[in-house]
Amino acid sequence: MTDLPLTATPAKPRAPRMPALVLASAIWLSLMIGVMLAAQLLMPWDFEATDLLGRMKPPFPLAGYDPAHPLGTDQLGRDLLSRLLVATQTSIALALLGTVLGAVLGTAAGFLAAHRGGWVDEAISALVDFQAAMPWFIVAMAVLAFLGNAMWVFLLLMGLYGWERYTRITRGLVLTAREQGYARAVHALGAPPRWIYARHILPNILGPLIVQITINFPETILFETSLSFIGLGIRPPLTSLGQLLGDGRDYMINAWWLAVMPGVVIFLSTLAMSMLGDHLRSRLDPSLED
Amino acid sequence: MMLQFLATKTIRAALTMWLVITFVFIVLRISGDPTDILLPDDASDAVRNFYRAKWGLDRPLWDQYLSYWSALLTGDFGISLRNNLPAWDMVMDRAPKTLLLGGTALGFSLAIGLPLGILAAWWRGSSLDRAVMTTAVFGFSMPNFFLGILLILTFSLHLRWLPSSGSETAAHLILPAFTLGTAFAAQLARFTRSAMIDVLTKPYMTTAKSKGASEARRVFAHAVPNASVPIATILGLKVGELIGGAVVTETVFAWPGLGRLLVHAVAVRDLAVVQAILILIAATMVATNLLVDLYYGWADPRVRVGRTKGARA
Repeated sequence: MTDLPLTATPAKPRAPRMPALVLASAIWLSLMIGVMLAAQLLMPWDFEATDLLGRMKPPFPLAGYDPAHPLGTDQLGRDLLSRLLVATQTSIALALLGTVLGAVLGTAAGFLAAHRGGWVDEAISALVDFQAAMPWFIVAMAVLAFLGNAMWVFLLLMGLYGWERYTRITRGLVLTAREQGYARAVHALGAPPRWIYARHILPNILGPLIVQITINFPETILFETSLSFIGLGIRPPLTSLGQLLGDGRDYMINAWWLAVMPGVVIFLSTLAMSMLGDHLRSRLDPSLED
Repeated sequence: MMLQFLATKTIRAALTMWLVITFVFIVLRISGDPTDILLPDDASDAVRNFYRAKWGLDRPLWDQYLSYWSALLTGDFGISLRNNLPAWDMVMDRAPKTLLLGGTALGFSLAIGLPLGILAAWWRGSSLDRAVMTTAVFGFSMPNFFLGILLILTFSLHLRWLPSSGSETAAHLILPAFTLGTAFAAQLARFTRSAMIDVLTKPYMTTAKSKGASEARRVFAHAVPNASVPIATILGLKVGELIGGAVVTETVFAWPGLGRLLVHAVAVRDLAVVQAILILIAATMVATNLLVDLYYGWADPRVRVGRTKGARA
């Protein structure tokens, strides 16, 4: 290595690929989190209140709209904006919970497999292969048929969706990290394995895990909304974006907005998360990017 | 070496099937007493015990497990509790429709995703690359049920060009196949691009270039065959997503395939039909991945070389 001139400018951080789109994505997702936390405060109407005289009112710019219902009303005269807010709250909260559950479970399993090795490792790897080999959507449908549709079953299915990918990533990274200088140094200093994993290795492998979360989150939204759409997930009186869309499908000829509005919310949310994830990935791991 | 490779893969496939079927058996057993579901609520204990004995539910678990297997091996998947037809016949009746839809969608996504991914990788950083990658993010973020509904609104209700439900003619196939294939094509384009980029940076690509190989030769004789191995692997894994997508797409377009049968069977808890479909799908997945492994063994000289030593890769 030759002497570097002192005036050398440090390497510039990579310019974001789509700054405007990434910013818009971040704003949209913050909005969704806001709705998740405070839907009840934002709702102009009770989401279950029916009004049989004001059924299927169109949304704002269309002729015949009702200023009291800016997004229109459904086949029972319920305010679509209020229903959308509650549905968004349910869908986002479930997706968030499912993603976190999967991430924690999968990462823990990965650590366990790497730490214990032997038959534990073999058993976890066999489970990972099994999970990857079966389409989880179909397994979820079958389990809902066998065990019935209870909320905890549904949540468990969402949490188990995609756990194996965290396990794969964590196991591989931990095995590599353990052989690296810093982990061996702390080990030589007498730190117990748990301390090394939690305080030294986990922060070092967090990047790929976060990227995986950004991939898993939109997929979990699609998983929940798809199941609810075909009538096997969230069911009335509860509501989710998929259930709203599935409901609105029956009125496409007279009231297209009932199906389109929830669809737009789902699409924008998954899109925003994927955009943000792509951006994050190129920042966290430049080697993956062009 | 090739034989050993094949043997390992086949044993693995058989093991996975065994796991799936055992899983189905266990879940069926813990899902509760079938007499609760099948018999009327006011059935007397004598009647319940009669049926328990008739269905073998009073025998030890291992005995039930063995007779479960022997039934499956003779093609007996139980009787649909809704219309008293053998579950397997109902499934086989619907399977061709789903194969048609899934096959068309797969063909469509291969035809779109592979070339676009290859082009994007070759002209990496170009505006074409950016356009393809941005469109791909939109493509796989789009829930297929929403895409289907937008297509019905546009092409069936507004323009009145294409039918929105049923499966009678070729025109009926267009919207569902497009709906099912779009997200898959988008994922495929992205994955193909990254697999190609991975290959393009390998030293042998530089060697090929320095030998004076033409651009077309470098892409199609060097890069594509090498990138095809990871692409085939991911295809095998993603077929499951295609099957899940088919369930939703069939629901949107009232396509009379396995997906709608499954949704209906789950809704009314027709367990014989659910288990028959589940086992059929598992077999499909296992067979697909076995095919991918075979392709892998055939395409990768490191696996193949044991048999044809010294042969040119």
